[in-house]
Amino acid sequence: MTTITQKCGIGLQVRGLRKSYGGQEILHGLDFEVRPGEIFVLMGPSGSGKSVLLRHLIGLEVPDEGDIQLDSQPILAEDVMGKYRMAMVFQSGGLLNSLTVGENVGLYLSEHQLKTPAEIARIVAEKLEDVGLKGTEDKMPSELSGGMKKRAAIARALAIEPQLILYDEPTSELDPLSSVVIADEIVQLNQRIGVTSVIVSHDRDLSFGIADRVAVINEGRIVSIGTPEEIRRSPDPMVREFLAAGFKRPANP
Amino acid sequence: MFQNVGEMALLFWRAILALPVAWRQRHKVFEQFFEIGNASLLMVCLLSFFIGAVIALQTGPVLVERSLSSAVGGVVGMAICRELAPVMMSILIAGRIGSAMAAEIGSMRVYQEIDALRTMNINPVHYLVVPRLVSIAVALPLLVVFAILVGWLGGATVCFSNNQIAIPIQTFYANLRDVVEIKDVANGVFKSFIFAIVVAVVSCHQGLTTRGGPRGIGRSVTKAVVNSIVMIVILDYILTRVLLGT
Repeated sequence: MTTITQKCGIGLQVRGLRKSYGGQEILHGLDFEVRPGEIFVLMGPSGSGKSVLLRHLIGLEVPDEGDIQLDSQPILAEDVMGKYRMAMVFQSGGLLNSLTVGENVGLYLSEHQLKTPAEIARIVAEKLEDVGLKGTEDKMPSELSGGMKKRAAIARALAIEPQLILYDEPTSELDPLSSVVIADEIVQLNQRIGVTSVIVSHDRDLSFGIADRVAVINEGRIVSIGTPEEIRRSPDPMVREFLAAGFKRPANP
Repeated sequence: MFQNVGEMALLFWRAILALPVAWRQRHKVFEQFFEIGNASLLMVCLLSFFIGAVIALQTGPVLVERSLSSAVGGVVGMAICRELAPVMMSILIAGRIGSAMAAEIGSMRVYQEIDALRTMNINPVHYLVVPRLVSIAVALPLLVVFAILVGWLGGATVCFSNNQIAIPIQTFYANLRDVVEIKDVANGVFKSFIFAIVVAVVSCHQGLTTRGGPRGIGRSVTKAVVNSIVMIVILDYILTRVLLGT
C-alpha cells in the first residue's frame, strides 16, 4: 500500500455563484466555503443543481455571476488550474474507453510527462492496489463492473496526488456493499493524504456516514449547511421532508 | 451556419498552434495513420481502378470515333489526377474516416471522457484533434498518389481490352506522358491535402460539439460526412480556379 503522509488539502470558497441555461436560472447566488482537508457533501434532490455546481467547482463551466476561489485565488484566473492538483470522479467514472485501465490511471502522468514509463507503471499498480483492483491494468473499462469503474476512476484521481477531489454521485447505480467500499475509499483517502473532498450525492447514508459538513441544496439554493447532526436537527421543512422521505406500500383496497 | 464555420476556423487555428506537440503524440499519429491506410487501401484500390475504367469507357469510343484515339490516354490521365482521384478519395475518406472520428469524439463528449481530460489539465485539441489532423493530412495525399496510379491502370486496361477503343497499353501511356505533367499530379495531391484538413476539422468539430445521447452521436456523424462532402465540392471549384489561374 502507498503511504502518503503529506497533508495537502486546499480550501474552496464560493461567492454569489449564479448560472442560467436558456434563460432558466439553475444556481441562485450560492455562498459557501469548503475548509482544507474536510469531506464536504452537497446533498439534495435530483435536478437541484448539484452536478452543475460541481462542474463549476472544477472549472468545466463558467459562472454568469459570482466567484469561485481556490485558496483565495479565482479558479478561472490564468494558471490557477495548473497550479493546484485537482481531480474529479464522474458519475459514470469518465474512464477513456479506448485505453486500458492502467493507461487510464497513468494518463495524467504520461500526458504531462511527469514520470518515466517504468515509474508510471509502478504508480499505476500501487494506486490500483489501493482501491482493490490489483492486476486489472490490462483490462479495458468495458470489462469492469460499475463499482470497479468507479474505483478505477478513484485510482486515476489518486495518481494525480490531488489536493482537491470532487465526486459526482459516487454511489449511484451501486449495490449497498459496493457503496460501502467506495465510501471507505473516500474516508481512507481523506485520512491518509488530507485531501479536500467535495461529494455530490442524494444518498443520505453516504452523506451522513462520511461527511464532516453537509450542505443541502434545493432549486439552486443552499437551504441548510452544517455538520450532519446540525442538518438532522434543521427546522427547514424541505430538509426535514428530504431526510424523512421513504417509500410506504399502499394499503390493499 | 456562420457560427459553425467560425468555430471550425478557431479549432483549426488552435490545432495549428498545437502542432509542435504532435511529436509528443506521435504514437497516436501513427495509430491513426495505420487506421486510415489499413482501413482504406483496398477500397481506394477498387474505387480508383473502376473510376479510371469508367472514364476510359465513357470517353474512349467518342474520341476514337472522331479519330482522336491518341488523346484518350491524356484525357483519362488528366481527369483522374487533377479531379477524380483527389475528390473521390477525399469523399471516401470523409465517409470512412471522418465518420469514425466524429463518432469516437462525439461518444467521448457524451460519456464525459472529454470533461475528464479537461479536469486532468489535458487539452482535448492536443490529445484528440492534432493526431487526427496530422495523420489524415499525410495519409490522404499518399492515398491519392496511389489512387492516381491505379486509376491510370484501370483506364489503360479498358482501352486495351474494349473492342470499340482497342488502344495498346504502350500507346495509352505514351499519350498520357505527353499530356500529363508532374504539376498536374502535384495539383491533385495539393487539393487532397486541403480536403484532408477539411475532413479532419469538420469531423473533429462535429464530435466535440455533440449534444445528447446516442441520437446526438448519430446526428454528428451524419453532419460530419455531409458537411465535409459539401465543403470538398465547393473548395474543389475554388481551388481548381486558383490552380488553373482562370
